[in-house]
Amino acid sequence: MNNWLTICNIIDIAPNTGVCAKVGEKQVAIFFHKRTDALYAISNYDPIGKANVLSRGIIGSIGDRLCVASPLYKQHFDLQTGTCLEDPSVHINVYKVRQNSGLVQIHQ
Amino acid sequence: MKKQRILVVGNGMVGNKLIDNLIQADHHHIDIMAFSGEPRLAYDRVHLTSYLTGNHAQDLALVDADYYQQHQVHFSLNDKVTQIDPLAQTVTTESGRLESYDKLVLATGSYPFVPPISGNDQEHCHVYRTLEDLDAIKRSSQRSRAGVVIGGGLLGLEAANAIQNLGLETHIVEFAPRLMAVQLDQEGGDLLRRKIEAMGVTVHTQKVTTEIVAGETLRYRMNFNDGSHLETDMIVFSAGIRPQDKLARAADIAVGERGGIEINQYCQTSHANIYAIGECALWQQQIFGLVAPGYQMAKVAAQHILSPEQTTPFTGADMSTKLKLLGVDVASIGEVHGKTEGTLSYTYKDDIEQVYKHLIVSSDKKKIVGVVLVGDTQAYSNLLQIRQNGMPLPNNPSVLILPNLVNDDSAAIGVEALPDKAIICSCFDVSKAAIKQAIISGCVNMADLKASTNASTGCGGCSALAKQVLDSELAKLGVEVNNHLCEHFAYSRQELSDLIRVQQIKTFEALLARYGNGHGCEVCKPTVGSILASFWNDYILQQEHLELQDTNDLYLGNMQKDGTYSVVPRIPAGEITPERLIVLGEVARDFNLYSKITGGQRIDLFGAQLNDLPAIWQRLVDAGFETGHAYGKSLRTVKSCVGSAWCRYGVQDSMECAIDLENRYKGLRSPHKLKFAVSGCTRECAEAQSKDIGVIATDKGWNLFICGNGGMRPRHADLFATDLDTTTLIRYIDRLLMFYIRTADRLQRTSVWLENLDGGIDYLKDIIIDDKLGLGAELEQAMADSISKYQCEWKTTLESPEKRQRFQHFINSSERDDGVQFIEIRHQKSPAPKGNTLEIDKPVTA
Ligand code: SRM
Ligand SMILES: Cc1cc2nc3c(=O)[nH]c(=O)nc-3n(C[C@H](O)[C@H](O)[C@H](O)COP(=O)(O)OP(=O)(O)OC[C@H]3O[C@@H](n4cnc5c(N)ncnc54)[C@H](O)[C@@H]3O)c2cc1C
Ligand code: SF4
Ligand code: FES
Repeated sequence: MNNWLTICNIIDIAPNTGVCAKVGEKQVAIFFHKRTDALYAISNYDPIGKANVLSRGIIGSIGDRLCVASPLYKQHFDLQTGTCLEDPSVHINVYKVRQNSGLVQIHQ
Repeated sequence: MKKQRILVVGNGMVGNKLIDNLIQADHHHIDIMAFSGEPRLAYDRVHLTSYLTGNHAQDLALVDADYYQQHQVHFSLNDKVTQIDPLAQTVTTESGRLESYDKLVLATGSYPFVPPISGNDQEHCHVYRTLEDLDAIKRSSQRSRAGVVIGGGLLGLEAANAIQNLGLETHIVEFAPRLMAVQLDQEGGDLLRRKIEAMGVTVHTQKVTTEIVAGETLRYRMNFNDGSHLETDMIVFSAGIRPQDKLARAADIAVGERGGIEINQYCQTSHANIYAIGECALWQQQIFGLVAPGYQMAKVAAQHILSPEQTTPFTGADMSTKLKLLGVDVASIGEVHGKTEGTLSYTYKDDIEQVYKHLIVSSDKKKIVGVVLVGDTQAYSNLLQIRQNGMPLPNNPSVLILPNLVNDDSAAIGVEALPDKAIICSCFDVSKAAIKQAIISGCVNMADLKASTNASTGCGGCSALAKQVLDSELAKLGVEVNNHLCEHFAYSRQELSDLIRVQQIKTFEALLARYGNGHGCEVCKPTVGSILASFWNDYILQQEHLELQDTNDLYLGNMQKDGTYSVVPRIPAGEITPERLIVLGEVARDFNLYSKITGGQRIDLFGAQLNDLPAIWQRLVDAGFETGHAYGKSLRTVKSCVGSAWCRYGVQDSMECAIDLENRYKGLRSPHKLKFAVSGCTRECAEAQSKDIGVIATDKGWNLFICGNGGMRPRHADLFATDLDTTTLIRYIDRLLMFYIRTADRLQRTSVWLENLDGGIDYLKDIIIDDKLGLGAELEQAMADSISKYQCEWKTTLESPEKRQRFQHFINSSERDDGVQFIEIRHQKSPAPKGNTLEIDKPVTA
C-alpha cells in the first residue's frame, strides 16, 4: 500500500502544538512546527508514562534536535527519530507526514 | 597475595564511614566483614528525630545491602560480637559465629546512661538512641498525656521537642542549675530556659530524682531529693552517654578510668592491630559525642590500615555546635566556662528580642577562646572560622557580636579571607581547597557541590557558608553564577519578567526573536506563558499562547496518570450552598467521575476524558461555578474557618475576608501556586501559618503572616504586620504578590523566595510597608490591571465553538481514547493498573 491518508486542515493545528490522529488502530501524534513550517508525526503512546498523551506535550528544541516533552513526566522524544533523549534505549515509532495543498496527510 | 581481613564491630554512623573509606580507597586487597548489633545496617542517627515527624527508616538509611554486596563487604545483622581473643585474632558473636581478623576495628558507639534510680525499668521508661527506642516512645505516647525527659543537655532538649510534637504535656528535669550545662554559661542557659518555657515546655532544674513510683493522677510519680515530686505517664532518660567499651575491657584492651577505649593518634588501641573509632574511643582523655570527629577518626583509621606510613594523624576535633532546639537558635564554640586564664569577655544582651551573645577572647585580644549565642546564631560561621583558622580579630572584637544595625559588613570576615585549609563542612571534612577543586572539575551550584563533595549533606550547619565560598570562588574565576532560564534564554526569570514588562512584549514569538535562540522548550515556554499572563492577563488559550501552556493549563484541568483530567470548580473559602453541592453530585454521577474532598476545602472530580470536559464544565458554569485554577500556577484556595459568624470564639468574620481574598486574586498567574488561609481567631483552625498568605483575626483587625509552606519542605509563615484594617491588609497583599511575581524564580514558592531574598523579611517590610523604594503605587496598579482582566477560563472557552473543538482525543474522529480503562474500588471508578493499558503502537525497532 502506498497511500496518503488525509487527517485535517493545517489550520486545524494551532501553531507549534500537536493533535492526535486515528490512523487505523493506531494513535499518531502530529505536530505543526510553525517556526520551520514543518510537520512531524510520532506514536501518541508514551512508553514511560504508559498513556496515550504525547500529542499534548510541549514541543521545542534541545541543542539542534526538535523534540516533544511528554506531558506526564517530561521525558523528551526526538520528533525526527522517535528516540527518547533521557534513555536512548527507548524508541517510539515515527511516521511520514506531509502538507498537501493545506491538508495534513499521513503515509500509511 | 592473601587479602587483608578486616572485621568491623558496630555498623553505626562511624563504622559505616570507615567501611566506605576503605572500599573507596581499595577494595581489591581487603576483605571486610561488619557486625551490626541492630537489626539493620547503618542509619543517620543525627537525624533520628525526623523519624517521628514523617521520615521512614529507609529515608534515614546511610547504606543499603546492595552497596555492601557490590563491594564484597560481608555483614551480619542483629549479631553482637560477644568476645575478642586478641591472641588468636578472632571474635565470637551472639549467634555463635567465629571469625578471624588481621585488623579489628571497634566502632561500638555509646549507650544512653540511665541513672540508677529505683523504678527506672518500667514499661513506659525509655531511652533515645535507636529507631526501636523511637517506636517504643511513639507507642507509649499514644497512651500518655504527659512526658518527662530526664536530662537537659543537647539530646534531652531534642527528645523534649519530639515528645511535645507527639502531643504530650512536656517537662524537662535537670540536676544541674541550667540547661545545656556543657555548652552554655548561666545567662545563656537562663535565656534558653525562658524561651523554651514560652513554648510550653516546663523546665525543672536542680532536681535529683530519687525514685519512680506509681502516681496518683498520672501513671508515675517521680520523687525528688528536695521532697518535691512530679507526675507523668512516660519518662525518657537522656542523662548523657557512656562509651560502649565492655567488649574491649573483657579482652584486656586499655580503657580510660571513666570509660572509653584508649587510642593513639592513629586510632590504635593498646593492641596495635585493634582500632577504636567514634563514640567508643577515648583520645587524650576525651570522648567526642558528635559525628564529625568520628568521621575524622574513620578516615585516619582507614588510611592507617591501608598505608600506615602515609597517615595524617588524628589531632582532636572541634566540639562547637550550632542547633535549633525547640525552635530556639543556640550555638557554642570553644571553651566557655572560664577555664582559660586571663580572658576578656564581651556580652550583648537584648531582653526585647531575647538575644544573648557572649564572646570570650584571649588577654591580648588576638584569639577567640569561646562563644555562646542564644536567640541569634548568625555570627556562628564567622566566629568559628576565625577561631579555627587563627585569623586576626578586628581592633574592637565587640563588633563581632553586635547586631548589624547599619548593614555594613565590617564584622564579617569575608570568605575570601579564609585560608585554603579552612574546613567548611566538618561533617565531611570538606575544605575550602576541596570546594575550589570541585569548581575546577565543573561544579557550578550547590547541587553539584553536594553531589561531588558531600558538603552540606550531613548536619546541614555549613550550608550558608559553603554557598558563600562557592559563589565567591565562582565569581573569582569569572564564572558568572548561571541563573539562565534554559538554553534558549540567557536571562533569569526575573530579568525576563523585567524585559517583558518594560519592553511591553506580548507574545513568546516576539520575546524569542529579540532575546532568545532555538525554538524554546518545556521550561521556558510555560515560564514565559506565566509571566505574560501575570502582566497582561490575556485568555491563556488564545492561539498564540497555546503552545506555551503546560500539561494542565493546556486543557484547563490536571492531567492524571492515565491521561484523563480532574475537574475542580472554585468553592471560595469552602462555603457552598446545598443546591450547588447537589449539582456537583449530579455531574459526578452523570459523567461517572471519582469524587473526593480535597485538602484545600473543595471537591475534586477525577477521571474525565478530554471529550467530556466541555459538557461537564457547561453544567457547572450554568450552575454558577467558576474554574478553580487547580491546574494553574496561580491562586489555589483561600481556606477559612467559620469564624465569628458561627464560632463562639471568633473575633472577626473570617469567611467574608477569605471569600473576598479568593475572589480578588483568583486567576492571578504567579511563579508558583499560591495558597492563602484566614482564621477567625488565634486558635487558627484554618492553619493560616502554613500558607503563602495567612491572615489571623485579632480583636483589633488582622495579623498578616507571609511565606509559609506545607508540602515537601514545610515552613512556618513569618508574622509580617499586626492589627491591620481590611484596606491595609489588601494593600499589603497586593504589593507583596506583585513584588513576588516580578522577582521570584521559576517554580519558586514564596517560602523559598523569601529565604533567598537579600535582606530577608526586613527588606520586604521596607518595600511593602514603608515603601522605601517608592514602588507601592506601581505594584498596586499592576495588581488592579490584572484583576480587571479576570475571566473564568472555562466560561470563555465554552463560549467559543472553535475552542470547544480542541477538546477531543482525536482530530479526525469523535472516538475516545481506548487506552483509558477503569476498575472499581470502594464503589467508585479508579484507573486500571498500568500494565492493562493497551499498547497499540509497539515500535518495531528495539
Ligand atoms: C487534590 C489535592 C489532594 C487531595 O486529594 O486532597 C492535591 C492534588 C495535587 N497536588 Fe497538592 N493537592 C491538594 C492539596 C495540597 C496541599 C494542602 C493545602 O493546599 O492546604 C498541599 C500542601 C500545602 C502547600 O502547598 O504548601 C499540597 C502540596 C502539593 C505540592 C508540594 C508543594 C510544595 O511547595 O512543596 C505539589 C507539587 C508542586 O506543586 O510542585 C502538589 C501537586 C499536586 C498535583 C497538582 C500534582 C499534579 O501535578 O498532578 C495534584 C493534582 C490535583 C488534581 O489532579 O486535581 N501539591 N497539595 C489537593 C487539592 C487542593 C485543592 O482544592 O486545590
Ligand atoms: C537523637 C540524637 C541526635 C544527635 N544529633 C547529633 C547532631 O546534631 N550532631 C552530631 O554531630 N551528633 C549527633 N548525635 C550523635 C551521633 O549520632 C553520634 O556521634 C554518632 O552516631 C556516633 O557514631 P558511632 O558509629 O560511633 O556510634 P553509633 O552510631 O552509636 O553506632 C554504634 C553501633 O554499634 C553497635 N554495637 C555496639 N556494640 C556492639 C557489639 N558488641 N557488636 C556489634 N555491634 C555493636 C550498636 O548497636 C550501634 O549500632 C546525635 C545522637 C542522637 C541519638
Ligand atoms: S480559628 Fe477561632 S474562630 Fe475560627 S473556627 Fe477556630 S476557634 Fe473558631
Ligand atoms: S558541617 Fe555538617 S553538613 Fe557540613
